[in-house]
Amino acid sequence: MNVLQWVFVITAFLTVGAAVMMVLSRRMMHAALWLAVALLGVGVIFITLEASFFAIVQLLVYIGAILILIVFAIMLTQRTDESGPRLNAYAWAAAGVAALIGAILTFSMAGWMLGNTGLLELGPAFDAILPLGQALVDTEGFAVPFEVASVLLLAALIGAIYIAFERKGERS
Amino acid sequence: MPFETLIWLLPLPPLLAFFLIMTFAHRRNGLSHGLAIGAVSLSWLGSMVVFGRALQTEHLAEHPWHAVLNWIPTGDAWFQIGVQVDPLTVVTLFFVAWTILMIFIYSVGYHNYGQPRGMQDRPGLPPQGAEVKDTHGHLHRVPSIEPMYARFFALVSLFAFAMYLLVVSDNLLTLYIGWEVMGLCSYLLIGFWYAKESARNAAVKAFLTTRIGDVFMLLGLAALYTLTGSLNYRVILNNPQVLEILASTASPIAGLSWAALIGLLLFAGTVGKSAQFPLHVWLPDAMEGPTPVSAMIHAATMVSAGVYLMIRFFPLLSAGWMPGDPLTPPMAAMAFIGAFTALFAATIGLAQRDIKRVLAYSTISQLGYMIAALGIGAYVAATFHLVTHAFFKALLFLASGSVIHGMEHGVYHTGEHLDAQDMFNMGGLRHKMPLTFWTFLVGGLSLAGFPLITAGFWSKDEILTAAFQSNLPVFITLGVAALLTAFYTMRQLTLVFLGQPRTAAAAQAHESRPVMTLPLAILAVFAVTAGWVGIPAYFPLVGGMLPNWFEIFVGSMLGHVGEGTHAIFTPTPLMISVLASLGGLFLGWWVYQSQHDRVQDVLAKPLGGLYRLWQNKYYLDELYHAVFIRPALWVAEVFTYHWLDRKLIDGILHGVGRLGLMVGHGFRELIDRPLINGAGDALAEGTREVGARLRVLQPGRLQVYLLIALVGILLIGLVLFSIGMV
Amino acid sequence: MIPLTWYLILSAVLFSIGLFAVLARRHAIAILMGVELMLNAVNINLLAFWHYWSQVRGAPQVNGMVFAAMVFVLAAAETAVALALIISAYRRHHTVVVDEMTLLKG
Repeated sequence: MNVLQWVFVITAFLTVGAAVMMVLSRRMMHAALWLAVALLGVGVIFITLEASFFAIVQLLVYIGAILILIVFAIMLTQRTDESGPRLNAYAWAAAGVAALIGAILTFSMAGWMLGNTGLLELGPAFDAILPLGQALVDTEGFAVPFEVASVLLLAALIGAIYIAFERKGERS
Repeated sequence: MPFETLIWLLPLPPLLAFFLIMTFAHRRNGLSHGLAIGAVSLSWLGSMVVFGRALQTEHLAEHPWHAVLNWIPTGDAWFQIGVQVDPLTVVTLFFVAWTILMIFIYSVGYHNYGQPRGMQDRPGLPPQGAEVKDTHGHLHRVPSIEPMYARFFALVSLFAFAMYLLVVSDNLLTLYIGWEVMGLCSYLLIGFWYAKESARNAAVKAFLTTRIGDVFMLLGLAALYTLTGSLNYRVILNNPQVLEILASTASPIAGLSWAALIGLLLFAGTVGKSAQFPLHVWLPDAMEGPTPVSAMIHAATMVSAGVYLMIRFFPLLSAGWMPGDPLTPPMAAMAFIGAFTALFAATIGLAQRDIKRVLAYSTISQLGYMIAALGIGAYVAATFHLVTHAFFKALLFLASGSVIHGMEHGVYHTGEHLDAQDMFNMGGLRHKMPLTFWTFLVGGLSLAGFPLITAGFWSKDEILTAAFQSNLPVFITLGVAALLTAFYTMRQLTLVFLGQPRTAAAAQAHESRPVMTLPLAILAVFAVTAGWVGIPAYFPLVGGMLPNWFEIFVGSMLGHVGEGTHAIFTPTPLMISVLASLGGLFLGWWVYQSQHDRVQDVLAKPLGGLYRLWQNKYYLDELYHAVFIRPALWVAEVFTYHWLDRKLIDGILHGVGRLGLMVGHGFRELIDRPLINGAGDALAEGTREVGARLRVLQPGRLQVYLLIALVGILLIGLVLFSIGMV
Repeated sequence: MIPLTWYLILSAVLFSIGLFAVLARRHAIAILMGVELMLNAVNINLLAFWHYWSQVRGAPQVNGMVFAAMVFVLAAAETAVALALIISAYRRHHTVVVDEMTLLKG
C-alpha cells in the first residue's frame, strides 16, 4: 500500500463516516455541516482520480453554492421544535433495501475481472481541460448539450423564483 | 190454398199474439187481451172448420190429412216435421179449442179488466184491491186490476200455441217441443205471482217433477229414433211391420221387448205430465197460479197432453196384444198406476179445505181413470173420458174461480182477514151467486157421473164396463174411487153453496160479471151434451136412439172396431156405477149439511188418524223431502260445495298458489338473495376491500412510493437474474 | 495505484447511504441532502471510469468529463428548484416533514 492508497482509504472512511453522520443527525444544521465534510471528502477523491478540475468545481459549486443554499433553506424552514423522530416508519425497510442494493452493487463489482485494473497516474502530458473546453463548444461535439444545460439552468432559475415568490398579502 | 195449410196455421195465431203482446202491448191491457182472444178465436175457427170437414170425411184414420216440411238435414236425407189430422186429433182439437177460448174470455173478467188500479198493487203479487169513493164520499174497497195483465195474456197465448202444436204434430219431436214449451209456460204461470214464495216454490216443484218424467220420455224418444230411424207417427204407428219388429226384439233391460221398454219410458213422461203417482206432487201445489191457469193447464190441456200421448201411442204400447191376452208390460203398468192413483187421489181429495185443491186431486184421480182405461185396452173409453173430463173440469175450475172472486168481494166489503179459498169459510152461496151455483152443479154432477144427463156418466160408465169385463181388481178400485169422487164432489157443493153462510164475507158475496159467467154457461152445455155422442148401442132404453158416433169415429183409429162391440150387456157394472154415483152424492150431502163449524171438519173426529193422513196427503211430500230433497241439498251444499269445491278444488288451487309462493320465496331467499345479490354485493364489497387494501400503496407519501418502486425493481431484477438474463 | 474496484465500491456505499437518507428521513431538506449524496456517488463512479478509459485509451475521454459536468449542472438546478418547492410548501403547510404532506393520498 502506497501513500495514495492510504490517502484514498482514509478519505473514503471519512467520507462514509460523514455521510452516515449526516443521515443520522438530528439537527439539520449539523446535517448540513456533515454534508459539507462528505462533499469535501468526495472532492479529495476527485483529486486522487486526477480530475482536478472537477475537484475545484465540487468545492465551488457543491460546497460553495449548493450547500449554502441548503443552509439558507434550513434557516428559512426552521421549526422551533426539532424533537420529532428523525426517521419515518419505514426506516428499517429502507435500510434493508438500501443495504441490499449496496450489497448487490458491491458484490457484482467485486467479482468483475477488469475491476482489478489499477488506476495509474496519467502523467504531466495529460491535459484534460483543453479538450473538455473545446468539446463543449464544438458543434459536432457537445455544444448542444452545453446550451441545453444553460437553458435548463435558466428554467430552473425562473422556476425557483416563481415557485418561491411571495406575493403581496399572500403571507398567511 | 190447400186444406193442409190450414192445419199448419192452427198453432200460429197464439204464437203471433205472444210476440205482439210482448213487444207492443206490454202496458196496454185492452190491446193485449184483444190480441190474445183474437188469436185463439182464429185458432178456434180453424179447429171448427177442420172438425166440420172431418165429420164429412170417410176413412180419415186410414188417410189422415197431412203435410210435411224438410227441417234438418241428416246425412243424405232430411228430418221432416209435419202436421197430421186424424180422428184422434179432431176430437182433441175440438175440446182444446173450446176450452182455451172459454178460458181466455173468462180471464178478462177474472183479472178484473176495467177495474181501477190498486195503490198497493205490485207486479208479482196478486191484486189487493183499490179504494174507491162512492157518491156519499164513503171509501169502498173494490177488486183492482191485475198489475201484470198483459204478461198473463202473453203467457197463456204461448201456452195455447204449444198445445195446438202438440195436437196437430205428426211426429214425436214437435210433440215433445210442444210438451216442453207447455212445461215452461206452466212454470211461468204457476209462478205468475212471483213475489209470493209459495208460488215460486210451486213453480219450481212443478217444473222439476215433470222434468223427471220428461227425461225418461226423451230416452224413449231417442230409442225409438235409433231403432226405427224416424219419429213420424205414420212410419211407426201405422206400420204393422215396425210394430212387429219392436215387439219381438228384446231390449237389454229386464228381458222386455223394445216396444215394451219404449212404451214404459214414454209412460214415465205421462206419469210426470199427467200427475200420476208417484210424480203427482206438483199438481196440488200448482193451485198457486191464477184460476184460469189451473183450469187451462190442469184440466183442459196440459195434463190431458200426457193422456193424449198414451192414446196416440197405444199401438206401440199394445203391440202384439189382442183383447183377452194378458196385458203387455206398459199396459200393466198403466192399469196399476192409473187405478191406484185414481183411488189414492180421491181419498186425499175428501179431506182438503181449499176449493181448488179438491179439484186438483179430483183431476189427478180422473186422469188415473183414463190411464187405467188405456191400460186395460179400453181405447175409445179413455179418449171419451178425456174429452168429457176436459169440459167439466174446466167448468169446475172456472166456477171455483168465480166463487173465489165472490168471496173476495165479500172480504173487501167486511174487511175480515180470511182465506177466500177455504170452503169452510163459505156456505149458502147459491143465493148470492146463482149462475155460478147452477154451472158448478152441472160440472160437479158430471164429475160424479150422475146418470144419463151428464157427460161424465157416459164416459165413466164405459170405463167401468170395460174394466168389469177385463180386469176385476181394476174395476173394484175404480168403483170405490167413483164412490169417493161423488162423495167429495157433493161435500164441496154442500160446503160452498148449500146451508148457511159461515162467515160474514160469505154473506156479502155477489155474482160475477157476465164475461166470467158466460163461458161457464157454455161449458156447462158441453158438460151435459158431450156425453150423448158416445151412448153405447147396447144401453137399455136409450141405446140405439143416437148412433154411437164417438165409438165409430175414434174407434176407426185402431183399424178394427175394438172393444166396444160387445153385444152382450151386463147390468152389473152399470148398476154399480149408478149406485156409486148416487150413493156418493147422497152421502156427501148428508154428512156435510150439518157442517156449521168454520174450524173443524165433521169427519175429522170420527175418522181420526185416517182423516189426518188424507189431509196431509199421506205425508208424501215430507217423504220426498227427506228421501230426495235433503240428500240432494246435502250433496250440493256439503259434498259438492264444501268438500269438493271449497276444500278440494279451492284447496288444490290454494295449494298451487302456495306452492308458487313457496317456490318464489325459495328462489328469492335461497338463490336470489344469497347467490345473486350476494354475488353483486360481494363484487362491490370485494372491490372496496381490495381497494381499501391496495390504498395502502397510495399513501400520498413520496418515500413509500420510492420504496415500493425499489422493491419492485429488486424483484424484477431477481426474476431476470434467475432466468439468466442478467 | 488504486484498483478501480475500490472507487466503485465507495461509490456504491455512498449511493446506498444516500438512498437510505432519501427513503428514511422525514425532513424534506434531509431528503434533498440524500439526493446530493447520491449524485456525488454517481460522479465518483463516472470519473473513475473516465480515468480508466483515459488510461486504457491513452487520451482524455471527453465524454466522461462532459457527463460529469452535466451531473453537476443538473444537481445545481435541481437543488435550486427543490429548495424553492420546499420553501413554498413550508409556507403553505407550515411543515417540512414529508410524511405530513399527503395530498396525493389515494
